[in-house]
Amino acid sequence: MSNAPVDNSRRRFLTIATSVVGGVGVVGVAVPFIASWNPSAKAKAAGADVEVDISKVEPGQMLRVEWRSKPVWVVRRTPETLEALAGHEEQLKDPNSEEPQQPEFAQNRYRSLKEEYLVLVGICTHLGCSPQHLKDGAFEEQVEGVPEGFFCPCHGSKFDMAGRVFEGVPAPLNLVVPPYYYIDDNTLLIGSAEGAA
Amino acid sequence: MKKLVVLLSFLLPSLVMAAGGSKFPLDHADIDRTDQASLQSGAKVFMNYCMGCHQTQYQRYQRTFEDLGIPLEMGQANLQFTGEKVGDYMKNAMPKESAAKWFGAAPPDLTLVARVRGADWLYTYLRTFYVDESRPFGVNNKVFPDVGMPHVLQELQGIPRETHEERMIDGEMKSQYVGIKSDGSGTLSPEEYDKAVLDLVNYLVYLGEPSRLQAESMGRWVLVFVLVLFVFVYLLKKEYWRDVH
Amino acid sequence: MWKNLLDWIEYRIPMMRVAKMHAIEYPAPKNMNFWYVFGFLATIVLVNQIVTGIWLTMSFEPSAERAFASVEYIMREVDYGWVLRYMHSTGASAFFIVVYLHMFRGMIYGSYQKPRELLWLFGMFIYLALMAEAFMGYVLPWGQMSYWGAQVIVSLFGAIPVIGEDLTVWIQGDYVISGATLNRFFALHVIALPLVIVILVFLHIVALHEVGSNNPDGVEVKRKKGSLKEEEKSKFKMHEYYTSKYDIIDDVVPFFPHIVLKDLVAFCVFLLAFCYILFFKPEMGGYFLEAPNFEIANPLKTPEHIFPVWYFTPFYAILKAVPDKLFGVIAMFAAIIMLALLPWVDRGKVKSWRYRSGIHKYNLLMFAVVFVFLGYLGGTPQEPWKVIASQIGTFLYFAFFGLLWLYSKNEKTKPLPERIG
Repeated sequence: MSNAPVDNSRRRFLTIATSVVGGVGVVGVAVPFIASWNPSAKAKAAGADVEVDISKVEPGQMLRVEWRSKPVWVVRRTPETLEALAGHEEQLKDPNSEEPQQPEFAQNRYRSLKEEYLVLVGICTHLGCSPQHLKDGAFEEQVEGVPEGFFCPCHGSKFDMAGRVFEGVPAPLNLVVPPYYYIDDNTLLIGSAEGAA
Repeated sequence: MKKLVVLLSFLLPSLVMAAGGSKFPLDHADIDRTDQASLQSGAKVFMNYCMGCHQTQYQRYQRTFEDLGIPLEMGQANLQFTGEKVGDYMKNAMPKESAAKWFGAAPPDLTLVARVRGADWLYTYLRTFYVDESRPFGVNNKVFPDVGMPHVLQELQGIPRETHEERMIDGEMKSQYVGIKSDGSGTLSPEEYDKAVLDLVNYLVYLGEPSRLQAESMGRWVLVFVLVLFVFVYLLKKEYWRDVH
Repeated sequence: MWKNLLDWIEYRIPMMRVAKMHAIEYPAPKNMNFWYVFGFLATIVLVNQIVTGIWLTMSFEPSAERAFASVEYIMREVDYGWVLRYMHSTGASAFFIVVYLHMFRGMIYGSYQKPRELLWLFGMFIYLALMAEAFMGYVLPWGQMSYWGAQVIVSLFGAIPVIGEDLTVWIQGDYVISGATLNRFFALHVIALPLVIVILVFLHIVALHEVGSNNPDGVEVKRKKGSLKEEEKSKFKMHEYYTSKYDIIDDVVPFFPHIVLKDLVAFCVFLLAFCYILFFKPEMGGYFLEAPNFEIANPLKTPEHIFPVWYFTPFYAILKAVPDKLFGVIAMFAAIIMLALLPWVDRGKVKSWRYRSGIHKYNLLMFAVVFVFLGYLGGTPQEPWKVIASQIGTFLYFAFFGLLWLYSKNEKTKPLPERIG
């Protein structure tokens, strides 16, 4: 050992500086490992916007399409169905769609761009099952006085024909409305809102 | 120790040299991965002349268009002939079995051909087809003798023939191979043809490793960072080792 | 608060004690030069291989149909997938570079000699497991070299009399290398062998810390208890595990921070080369990633030239040098076994080549040259002159051990210094 006095401040400075630079390096190395868990370029391409031809959907019918590997429902609601939406609002958790479960344009009673067509991501907000569409009175068993709605078989969550969740079920939120817009009267584009793409 | 280093430094270059080796001398392909115009024109030649038989099934159209600066709609309209989506892999509709029957062997996938053969080989190969009536397709190739592929770029190059010249060799007049000349019936001049092939090779090189440019720009920053780290670590090590000895 | 938590843990598991004993207050000779960084580098590369390997497994599909395509999927579709793949492929070659240098260090400074025989043997087992690991890993991308390389290596087992043929079929799980082979190699490559290697590395380090590090002078720093005067003992605080059994001479530094910092300097230099290759030359001129391996495996078409990856080529040259299949295989394995037997082949008492005879230095350098030369012969296309050259090379390879055994018995050595200079 030499007799030169130990320069503590220099030592401390170098230790901290090296640790900081080394820390930056560790963060840098972590980037590829973390980024590689993102959806791959192929998955992103497969998750691109989907065009839907709605010209053949009869009133009361539902069309199922796949968007980002998730089921998306397009329901053409009858005037009676639309009328009925106002009738059970006191039984709903969030009748005015205050939670951000839809694009701004759908924050209305019908939760849609055009009243007639309801577009929903068909995945229960509880634990991710896909609810069933019960109609022609079949939904009465679930909610008295409401003939049509969505019922999740996994844990019994219930939604009305605007995808709004009923009180007293495990699902906390209304069903999600995806961003979409009408390319023309017969074609929907699911995945982006108008102007956003 | 020093002797060892000297010996190793003599041995290594000979190792590298020995790794090459091909009978027909290859022309150098002066490619430039950053030249998007060249890549685009190469992609166009590829889609028009090669895709009919060869797939590049490990890459999607979208990636190619994005990397080459081609707008997706434009690429889909002008460079995709099989009606798939832009997100699909670049495959063709040729059934493998009948392809094998027609050509003797199924045309190989070309996604990685530049990494297998090298740019120079491809550049020379595509410019050394010549008329040989004994072959099924009437052409043979200098770097790939008895190749099973027809000269698909003949429309561009014209009919290529071997040319020979009488030359004095060891006091005797001998006919010697001096190259390949087109009869001029193609749509491109010889210089234009070479350029078209160069673009095509450039595209194939890109296709072999689409991440190359990103790797190099990232790599420069990484190396600079490691140098900075080295300086700090070295100074710190010096500082701590001062009290030893 | 923090201290309480540490005390709480320490009372239940000896974390700090083990860290102090093995990573902080471990006495390391102060004269360990650059040859002594490769063990640390090998550990770093091992961690790199394990972590990138885990990440590659997330997207790799081990089947004959999908393996090749899934590697390209990693290269093209996964965010930064190409970084992960090149880290792994460059790491494989880097592993062998540092391990060969690490082994040669052991040879020139006599680190295999008593009392480090077992340490050396564990090292040789790591080397063997590493070769198996690398070989199976090279099969996974399912390119032409993967396939035909595997074909050649597995066929070696066919040389074994009587059971050879059946053994080959059993290893392959088919009559040729097939998807079944790929799948079992995958299982061994990602789980079994890494586990074996990690355990062996652990034992290697435990054995090292029991006997202590050698150094370029080959002078032991641990002396008999009570043999040193107080002023001759190390001024640094060393763990009592060592000081209670020995007197540690004042020629040592603690592992942390001194050795760790020295290793980190070496690590930065290593990283510079590693990253240059990773980002700019991932194929390394065809040595790290061979060109034919960018073509999918084709059982009907052999590539023009087949060679193993560079780190196997010295042994491959020995295999090819012997004109008999069985004896070729035996010679190849003998070449590795001879290395493992070094502690008993070398009968000398002096460790470092610094204090040994001229013939020993010459013998060692010759061995290094012959090893590289054999590597060249095994990794380039067959030519007539190379047959005889590789036979001479093979002879010289084994001659190293024969000579060593002969001259080490009564070798004229220089006197060892009492202290490290």
